[in-house]
Amino acid sequence: MTELTDLGLAELRDGIAQGQYTAVEVAEACNAAVAGAQPALNAFIVTTPDKAIEAARAVDAARAGGLPLGKLAGVPIGMKDLFATKGVQTTAASHILEGFTPPYESTVSQKLWNAGAGMLGKLNLDQFAMGSSNETSAFGNVISPWRRNTGDTAALAPGGSSGGSSAAVAARLCPAATGTDTGGSIRQPAAFTGISGIKPTYGRCSRWGIVAFASSLDQAGPMARSVRDCALMLEVMAGFDAKDATSLDLPVPEWSAGLNAGLAGKRVGIPREYRMDGMSADVAKSWDDGIAWLKDAGAEIVDISLPHTKYALPTYYIIAPAEASSNLARYDGVRYGQRDLPDGAGLQDMYAATRAAGFGAEVKRRILIGTYVLSAGYYDAYYTQAQKVRTLIARDFEDAWNRCDLILAPTAPTAAFALGEKSDDPLAMYLNDVFSVPASLAGLPAMSVPAGLDRQGLPLGLQIIGRPLDEQGVLNAGLAIEQRAGFTSRPEKWW
Amino acid sequence: MSVDTATVAKIAALARIRVTESELAAMVPELNGILAWVEQLGEVDVSEVEPMTAVIPNELRLRADAVTDGGIRDAVLANAPAAEHGFFGVPKVIE
Repeated sequence: MTELTDLGLAELRDGIAQGQYTAVEVAEACNAAVAGAQPALNAFIVTTPDKAIEAARAVDAARAGGLPLGKLAGVPIGMKDLFATKGVQTTAASHILEGFTPPYESTVSQKLWNAGAGMLGKLNLDQFAMGSSNETSAFGNVISPWRRNTGDTAALAPGGSSGGSSAAVAARLCPAATGTDTGGSIRQPAAFTGISGIKPTYGRCSRWGIVAFASSLDQAGPMARSVRDCALMLEVMAGFDAKDATSLDLPVPEWSAGLNAGLAGKRVGIPREYRMDGMSADVAKSWDDGIAWLKDAGAEIVDISLPHTKYALPTYYIIAPAEASSNLARYDGVRYGQRDLPDGAGLQDMYAATRAAGFGAEVKRRILIGTYVLSAGYYDAYYTQAQKVRTLIARDFEDAWNRCDLILAPTAPTAAFALGEKSDDPLAMYLNDVFSVPASLAGLPAMSVPAGLDRQGLPLGLQIIGRPLDEQGVLNAGLAIEQRAGFTSRPEKWW
Repeated sequence: MSVDTATVAKIAALARIRVTESELAAMVPELNGILAWVEQLGEVDVSEVEPMTAVIPNELRLRADAVTDGGIRDAVLANAPAAEHGFFGVPKVIE
């Protein structure tokens, strides 16, 4: 018999609705998997097995009573610890928020609970979502469930910042998890762990109750093991919210019902600037495979140019730190979180000591960069210039949409790297976001789906970028790749 | 443009982050590395380009001038490191 933990979101939901097993049985199976993996993978900051059981009992009772069931009824999921959860510690993986228990629930998590999902726990991440390897968490590194096939047992990065989410879904601890994506934080960890994840159009998912990093870029999205599960979960997460000033007041399409892997009439652009020197042969090959699969699905392949691609990363690393330095000004040791009050310290000393003790090194680095580029005398040279280049990057995509409907590219330039391999060099780490950042800067929907394994047996992801609001087109192309890639590899259990 | 120790100390003070001398010494080359790299944006011709304000065109909404929340003082204070008499407590600011 197939293990319950091997099933996806939709399968579990249907199995529970049909009475093949109870929601409580599913929650118990996932709780056991989470507890068993926690010492080795450290995917969670806190686990909430009772919450998962409580939600499952409610679904089982509703089913027994013949009541209508929600879209995710009985499915236990992991919640990235960037979403405020009422009564459950929410830290953004930073010491400065240790012990913070929100008296409110984020809009996106509330929608998931309303649909019948249950919470297994709060997933580890890079501190304040700043990182690409999950090595900046104040609660320890997340270890990828994947290992190289070369016999070495080096601990690999699960990607970041949604590294707890990617590790947990890949290790079959939960069928799906929430992620957030500022410059690639859903797509890159999905690629590193052989799962799928979609960042919708900016404004689709409410940011209310999500710990803010860079507000003009932050978007929530689902991470799961199939395109269909991503579509289904995104339907539940998306929707207008008056509490988020940038929320889009638009109906949420039934993306899962609209899935169609036939791409006849679709033009898929291949951006020549993404074919960079030094791209690994395996990544280049998986890109070529993706082109062949989409052609097979009926799409027409066209060469396109996104001329400002090389400026996307430096643009991002001005804008994101600038916004972060403003957003993180709220952590002052007064209203919530940790306080460090040296003997005899005044208010200003308390702020400085609190923030010195509470923030990790990467967070401090970005706050300082952000403070510098926003400071008098440098604002125009750095920040205004970056916002102008951002306009040009968005315009590149607008021009491209005259020639194509979707864009196909690798998700990341490499497969997962080992922990510690890039952590001494901030710039080397930043460069891992080279293919994911441009779509973020332009606010476009983009997803990563697994394409295959590299020669070391590690997953590689392919990225599909779509027009604003065309999540359906992105998901359809993702499905076309999923059906042809036949990706069934999973990490061998060693934990 | 590159930063020196004094500049980084000033930025840290503006950002209200206490830094030790040794942390400062380590940060100067790191920040200079990042700043030198972002400097390449200067070569982009941005004449007649407006800075980005919204990635997806969206109207700023107005809401009714109505109280939608409130009466939750204790919930607001519940996470404060020091709450006294219904207020946030901080070190003495005025002598």
